Amino acid sequence: MQQATTMTLGARSASGRRGSQLGDTLFAGACQAAGGFVLLLLGGIIVELFLGGLPAFKAFGLPFLWSTEWDPVSEVFGAGVSIYGTIVTAVLSILLAVPLAFGVAFTLTELAPPWLRRPVGTAVELLAAVPSIIYGMWGFFLIAPLMAQYVQPPLIDSLGELPGIGALFQGPPFGTGILTAALILAIMILPFIAATMRDVFEQVPPVYKESAYGLGCTTWEVMRNVVLPYTRISVAGGIMLGLGRALGETMAVTFVIGNANRITTTLFGPGNTIASVVALEFGESETGSLKLSSLLALGFILFVISFIVLATSRFLLRSRLKG
Amino acid sequence: MSATASPALGPVKDPKVAARLGSRRKRVDVVIRTLSLAATGIGLVFLASILVTLFAKGFGAMNLSVLTEVTRPPGSEGGLLNAIVGSLIQVALATLIGTPIGMLVGTYLAEYARGSRFGDVVRFVSDILLSAPSILIGLFVYQLLVLPFGGFSGWAGVAALAIIIIPIVVRTTEDMLRLIPNTLREAVIGLGAPKWKMVVMVCWRSAISGIITGVLLGIARIAGETAPLLFTSLGNNAWSTDLSAPMPSLPITIYSYAGSPFQDWIELAWAGALLITLAVLLLNIGARTLLRSRK
Repeated sequence: MQQATTMTLGARSASGRRGSQLGDTLFAGACQAAGGFVLLLLGGIIVELFLGGLPAFKAFGLPFLWSTEWDPVSEVFGAGVSIYGTIVTAVLSILLAVPLAFGVAFTLTELAPPWLRRPVGTAVELLAAVPSIIYGMWGFFLIAPLMAQYVQPPLIDSLGELPGIGALFQGPPFGTGILTAALILAIMILPFIAATMRDVFEQVPPVYKESAYGLGCTTWEVMRNVVLPYTRISVAGGIMLGLGRALGETMAVTFVIGNANRITTTLFGPGNTIASVVALEFGESETGSLKLSSLLALGFILFVISFIVLATSRFLLRSRLKG
Repeated sequence: MSATASPALGPVKDPKVAARLGSRRKRVDVVIRTLSLAATGIGLVFLASILVTLFAKGFGAMNLSVLTEVTRPPGSEGGLLNAIVGSLIQVALATLIGTPIGMLVGTYLAEYARGSRFGDVVRFVSDILLSAPSILIGLFVYQLLVLPFGGFSGWAGVAALAIIIIPIVVRTTEDMLRLIPNTLREAVIGLGAPKWKMVVMVCWRSAISGIITGVLLGIARIAGETAPLLFTSLGNNAWSTDLSAPMPSLPITIYSYAGSPFQDWIELAWAGALLITLAVLLLNIGARTLLRSRK
């Protein structure tokens, strides 16, 4: 009797162990397969966009990258204008967003009283949650008229006369255009940069800051000479993250950039970006046409640019990720 | 003058010079503090301006028929019902498909692939997907599902949204699982439990509120996505719950109505914009509160 019980127990636990081993293998396999699926997704995006753009790359060759022509009637397409527009709006938006984001992060880590930090931080983060299309409508119906009425005319009158930089501030004040697009983009990427900066500023060991304060430094001097040098690589990573976001933003830009296929020297002029061209022209392209292929080729170029920027951002932020 | 530069100048002996330097340093400090506070103020003003605009324009356009009528030609008092239902269906299905995949990937990264090369690659790729332009996801799904299967469909929209939510769930799942102390894992393994039971019954259970937060944030993100749907589910002006046909969605309807020349369509777009923003912001605030109540 005693022996029988032991035997059944033993048999049951052996089969239980086999079962759990099977469960372990299955579960680990499922997890790993899901990981492989993510790799397949990225690989699929690269391959599909490249294959889709291949006819355009073949038809126009390397000059596709800088040709400024976009003529659906005679089927000649070039990416020059939209690559230019994409990079100019993204860089301008970074120039506008970084000082603001630094101010927000400085306020949230050093200046604001502790009870105020969480609500203000949450409010700034909510800016990141507002959908892109809402920014587009807000920009088109509210910001663009404001720009046309109150911002652009004085800039044209005052700076437009200057030699050199005056060329940036000329032309009719339409309200829409490259500067307005960059402004909207700046507001959209502000929370991403500010959140990264705040997180890395908080990681500076308090002892470093306290010793600087002990030497008589002001808050700004501690920020400039202790916090910023300690976190500069991660700060650069956060800025690159914002840049990556700005490059691929579609709906908001489509509403306010004016959508014209030309390169203008003035910041008030209309332009386009890769994303806005793809969004607008896609509906008018027939399946299998050279135009559709050109749009997919543009998508491939945008992917390459964002991949480089985002990979750089991750590389710079890796020390923070490892904690 | 910065603190690092002053030692090079040597100690300042003259008290007058010292006082002047000191007051200059204080002035710089005050100016930069003020500018920083102003920058924060500007950020808050932008948020307030968006919300006020939405309420001012959307609230006036909001009435019961927005929620009970389908989209109609301009001038015939249509609503947004089909767009809202279409969005709900696509977002719900995308979440149902994307969440388990994202959780498995996150679990793989946190529980199985610590320090492995393959895991590092997966983490890198998932982070790239997290920030990749969503319009490219739309183009990808167009190439993958729309062209070969003969047309725009709700399923293609679901696929695009699912691809967008996966990396969000991956990120939060991995982060939340990494917060669990290893002693807990060791205790479970020490009791003789197989690893999968440890993960499912202990790790997932301890991390569940964090993972739900991530899923809620993911839903908030895909609910407002417009660009990827342009090339996948396309939009539809009629009532349609057929996932194999073009499907209406709220963001696409807002996009086409806001750009139209008809005043009543523009007003409907504002009403839709208000609805979607409120939903997204409430989801965000809800998710944050959930995470905070856990801590």
